[in-house]
Amino acid sequence: MATLLKTENLTRRLEDEAIPVTLVRQANVEVREGEYVAIKGPSGSGKSSLLYLLGLLDRPTSGKIYFRDQDISNFSQNKLAQLRLEQMGFVFQFHFLLPEFTSLENVMIPMRKLGNLSDKEIKIAATERLAELGLADHINKLPSQLSGGQRQRVAIARALANNPKLILADEPTGNLDTVSSENVQEILQNLVKTHGCSVVVVTHDPEFAQRCDRTITIVDGAIVEEE
Amino acid sequence: MRLLAFIALKHLLARKRQSIVSLMGIVLGVAFFLAISSIMQGSEEDFIKRLVDNSPHITISDEFRNPRVQPVDRLYGDKGIVSISGVKPLTETRGIRGYEKILVYLENQPDIKVSPVLTGSSIISFAGQEKGVTINGMIPQEIDRVSTIRDYMVEGSLDRLYANPDGVLIGVTLAKNLSLALNDTITISAQNGNVRTLKIVGIFKTGRSGYDRSQVFMNLKRAQALLGRINRINAILVKLDQPNQALLRAHEIEAVIKYKSESWQEQSEDLMSTLAIRNKIMYTVVSAVLVVAAFGIYNVISTVVMEKHRDIAILKSMGFPASDIRMIFLIQGVLLGVAGNLAGVPLGVIFMRAMEEIEFRPPGSTEAISMPVSWGMEQFAIAATFALSAAVLASFLPARKASHVQPVDILRGGL
Ligand SMILES: Nc1ncnc2c1ncn2[C@@H]1O[C@H](COP(=O)(O)OP(=O)(O)OP(=O)(O)O)[C@@H](O)[C@H]1O
Ligand SMILES: [Mg+2]
Repeated sequence: MATLLKTENLTRRLEDEAIPVTLVRQANVEVREGEYVAIKGPSGSGKSSLLYLLGLLDRPTSGKIYFRDQDISNFSQNKLAQLRLEQMGFVFQFHFLLPEFTSLENVMIPMRKLGNLSDKEIKIAATERLAELGLADHINKLPSQLSGGQRQRVAIARALANNPKLILADEPTGNLDTVSSENVQEILQNLVKTHGCSVVVVTHDPEFAQRCDRTITIVDGAIVEEE
Repeated sequence: MRLLAFIALKHLLARKRQSIVSLMGIVLGVAFFLAISSIMQGSEEDFIKRLVDNSPHITISDEFRNPRVQPVDRLYGDKGIVSISGVKPLTETRGIRGYEKILVYLENQPDIKVSPVLTGSSIISFAGQEKGVTINGMIPQEIDRVSTIRDYMVEGSLDRLYANPDGVLIGVTLAKNLSLALNDTITISAQNGNVRTLKIVGIFKTGRSGYDRSQVFMNLKRAQALLGRINRINAILVKLDQPNQALLRAHEIEAVIKYKSESWQEQSEDLMSTLAIRNKIMYTVVSAVLVVAAFGIYNVISTVVMEKHRDIAILKSMGFPASDIRMIFLIQGVLLGVAGNLAGVPLGVIFMRAMEEIEFRPPGSTEAISMPVSWGMEQFAIAATFALSAAVLASFLPARKASHVQPVDILRGGL
């Protein structure tokens, strides 16, 4: 399988703090297309920090990132934003939905931003995405009218909005009850098959990690194990 | 862009109360701005209209703006060899020399109406009382060309002056002071000892008490005889088709005829500068209202930005660039500004209508007058532009701050 995302000696330090902190040190990560990768490690080990770097939300202090063999380490913020819009989707631990917008609108916003489809097509596509995740009855509800599990599914639907190549999830089940958690895990696993995208998921849950093709373990900001 | 506007609108609608309060600030700001500026503008226009209507647009007098240069100075002045001091003009009968030629020159200009006058001070005696007055000797048939005195006649008429060369028009205050009535006969004496007996053929009331007390109109020939200045005049009154041109035309005329030609603007310079100062004060005060309103907008939008850090982080992580985020909040400023105008202008119009309705009686006046409200387009333009730019400026800082929000900082916070 072709390489989707690759990092070389990726390091992120917070220099401004009273005591400089190294969040991620010398990380070499490779994510291939259609791969399902878990990142695990103790609390405070730098899992989220690594994920933000992979998701181009944060910039490394040193090291390089390649997206499909293209060095994007020096891309401008605007170019990175465009790359995120077209190629990536995020799911966070606390369902980060826009509270003023309905489920449908939340899913439609990235599509409208990309602007590849007409308004009508966008509406149909967004409805389909939500239906796929069992939310057909909830498309016109506001996030505050949904349960935690439902919100997380809306967040996944939104992450999938523009058919991204890479889904990055930071403890997507961390806040859910067992049933909802199971449900979300299944959905993510299916994404790899049904949508052909790669998924990188940060989790504490060993069972969750078990479902993945590969697990990266990180301690103190450094990758200690890959299996 | 439509998407950004949609998001911006949602943010405002989610904070209805706050948005409405800040909106009220602009609405009232715009409305007050319109109300105040229309009344200031209106009263100024009213004032100037009266001024322009009731006084000559240009007054040519028998003076020179600069003392005449002595022949010696002309020859040697810059060389400093000779100097003259204590120059005293020759005593002569004063007046505009060659005024017939000047009148012909002026009358040949298409936009000008003129009439010659001889003014001078005299004393009216009646029943043992004496009052100093200014007599205006004019050709009766020409008075209408340069004066609106006809509109102010309350008794008798201007036409009777045509028929009676010994007629005189006096003001209502003078008549009251001296207990004079129409058709009474009065005695006017000049400083040179000449005395004439004249008959009151008309009484006018302009409402300006100084004018109604001191001005007297009579036949030019009689005035010349009374003042001992046969065939002389000392002023030419000019009316223009376009009163606004007075300043320019006065310069042109003066350049040709050399006699001092004062435009109405120049004659009422102090008044004009008072009006200018009044305008500045008014605009400062009213702008302050809008500045306060702008702070209201600043307040809402920065609150929205503060509360929306999370949403900004989400939007950025989705792939919205910083410029889009800035635009979302700028649009909120524009939306508030536009909405403020949409409600503020009609409210202002209501205020203006209401002011027009109000009638009041100035102290000492018998007639009720209503407030002069100006409906000039430019005040609407100024109010709208000012409110809109205040709103956009007010949203600029919060919008910039929003665009600088780093998603990671928010995500790390874990909120
Ligand atoms: N702004 C900051 N200033 C100082 N230290 C920070 C800052 N942000 C993060 N850290 C530290 O960096 C380390 C890595 O944080 P990170 O959130 O990546 O850990 P994590 O593995 O995701 O932990 P968790 O499992 O609890 O989510 C932590 O020790 C944290 O305390
Ligand atoms: Mg974390």
